[in-house]
Amino acid sequence: MEKFVTLSAIAAALPQANIDTDKIIPARFLKTTQRTGLGKHAFDAMRYLPDGAENPDFVLNQQPWRKAEILITYDNLGCGSSREHAPWALLDFGIRCVIAPSFADIFFNNCFKNGILPIRLPREVCDELMGDAQMGSNARLTVDLPRQVVIRPNGEEVPFEIDAFRKHLLLEGLDDIGQTLKHEATITTYEKRQDRDKSWLPTIHFD
Amino acid sequence: MAARTLFDKIWDDHVVETLPDGTSILYIDRHLVHEVTSPQAFEGLRLAGRKLRHPERTVAVVDHNVPTSDRSQPIEEADSRNQIETLERNVKEFGVPYFPLLSANQGIVHVVGPEQGISLPGMTIVCGDSHTSTHGALGSLAFGIGTSEVEHVMATQTILQRPAKNMRVNVEGTPGAGVSAKDIMLAIIGHIGTAGGTGHVIEFAGSAIRGLDMAGRMTICNMAIEAGARAGLVAPDETTFEYVRNRPFAPKGEGFEQAVAYWKTLASDDGAHFDREVTLRAEDIGPTLTWGTSPETVLAITDTVPDPAQETDEAVKAQLQRMLDYMGLEAGQKIAGTPVDVVFIGSCTNSRIEDLRMAAQVAAGRKVAPGVRAMIVPGSGNVKRQAEEEGLDRIFLDAGFEWREAGCSMCLGMNPDRLTPGQRCASTSNRNFEGRQGPGGRTHLLSPAMAAAAAVTGCLTDVRELA
Ligand code: SF4
Repeated sequence: MEKFVTLSAIAAALPQANIDTDKIIPARFLKTTQRTGLGKHAFDAMRYLPDGAENPDFVLNQQPWRKAEILITYDNLGCGSSREHAPWALLDFGIRCVIAPSFADIFFNNCFKNGILPIRLPREVCDELMGDAQMGSNARLTVDLPRQVVIRPNGEEVPFEIDAFRKHLLLEGLDDIGQTLKHEATITTYEKRQDRDKSWLPTIHFD
Repeated sequence: MAARTLFDKIWDDHVVETLPDGTSILYIDRHLVHEVTSPQAFEGLRLAGRKLRHPERTVAVVDHNVPTSDRSQPIEEADSRNQIETLERNVKEFGVPYFPLLSANQGIVHVVGPEQGISLPGMTIVCGDSHTSTHGALGSLAFGIGTSEVEHVMATQTILQRPAKNMRVNVEGTPGAGVSAKDIMLAIIGHIGTAGGTGHVIEFAGSAIRGLDMAGRMTICNMAIEAGARAGLVAPDETTFEYVRNRPFAPKGEGFEQAVAYWKTLASDDGAHFDREVTLRAEDIGPTLTWGTSPETVLAITDTVPDPAQETDEAVKAQLQRMLDYMGLEAGQKIAGTPVDVVFIGSCTNSRIEDLRMAAQVAAGRKVAPGVRAMIVPGSGNVKRQAEEEGLDRIFLDAGFEWREAGCSMCLGMNPDRLTPGQRCASTSNRNFEGRQGPGGRTHLLSPAMAAAAAVTGCLTDVRELA
């Protein structure tokens, strides 16, 4: 996983609430067996017209936001399915940071696992950042993870909260499996206790 | 010990270790795997030279991609076939028990798990699919995870989690005519909203929930995710134990008795703390459906579609208008009487034998309206067989419904069963997002009985009028 330390980038505003995972990546594109290559289908229904041409009204089809690495939306971003294809599609498009007043739980988790930083900020702050985003390439936002601030083009710093463990993994680009396996002895102890206390718990074997 | 909720008890019982920052390593009893969200996880294991820690606590099944037509034919869509073949190679390589497409037990993962006794009360159950919440109906902690977490569970049989908050939704009283679990759940989502459960695990309680059979409880827990919750659950009781008894993979004999003794300890203690509590009266709930493109856009069938002009918040106004336009509805119109093109009875929400019986009761002796395509897609091969033993297939076929093979089918536009742009569908599934059932498709979520009523009248109809 790629590290996330600081990011200074163009931000795109998508002022909608409840942008669900079907909007981020429709189900018909989930047939891939790889993590990459979904960027061209990100936001498919909004991004392309029925004849397949780009929809010129959609922000990610406009300059300079075609190169956006930060996305700002309203509440409940990523609601719907657990598909990790949603953050994969965002990442493959180039998005490294998503900012919204609230997120759906699974999507929020999935972002971290892919080196995308999801930041919760109040709706009024999101509105201000969306205002900054309208200024396009003149107005880069800077996300400073070590200091936990978003720096606006006018220099104002907006602090944000993040779980310490997740911050550590993002800063180091670590995957959690290696971290958990450091606790393997405890897992084995737990399993022994479970075998004893819940001996009825069936395992599954097919012939 | 302080009074604890059902969720607290299952959680406490599965914490392997709590890390200094409050994240817990949570033990997972069952891991269910399907073809769409697993290939990248198996690939990750392979690249890291890792194995499954417990293939015998894992079960794989194909459901999302599979065609629901004649199974003797090869799968036409190349990328679907590839995903299924990839799963078959992976389960072989990693030694995972697997229900293949042609198995009599194949079906939607959330139907197969409980039906086979693979999912049991008190367990922690995960699957790379948000509707894993369904299994919570058994009184288990069951939730959907992303593919990275799928890989994590495969490698460690654990997951990293922080405890959720506790929420309880009580539904008290006796549901009226034409009201089933689906109507109750849609009413709950309409009441608390699609973010109403965010960060919480919802325990469903109250006399109306206790009175539901297991299929009904599964319908309720299935859509906990539509209310934003991490999981939904119902305390295990005699209804649960009777359901689980004699399932193929459930404990037997003395083991079953020991298990029941343990399961009986799980119900929330009196005085346990809930961070949020909501109560609805079953008598206030009529046949219910959605009109828009979010599951919280709920109406009673007797209601009219909302008018954006009544809203003051501009963002809400714009969103309502967008939904009306997408759905091809007029502000203020009556929802009943809206013509439908397609009726879909199926999905992990409503494809169990009990659901098919409710639909058959309405379909019996009637005909699907001209120009309507109506399909019945049983949740599993076993549901299909049982329905055929009960003669339900004849009722549906005589009425002009299609009687199909088990799978996710038209719940999501991923296999050949899809809406075409502009088509309106009365659907027993769980999501009405734009394009969910196919690009441009329009979805109304409703109960199996209401779906059957729409099929035979050709429009959204109050099922009570057909009684
Ligand atoms: S039936 Fe629908 S909701 Fe259920 S698992 Fe399949 S695609 Fe998901």
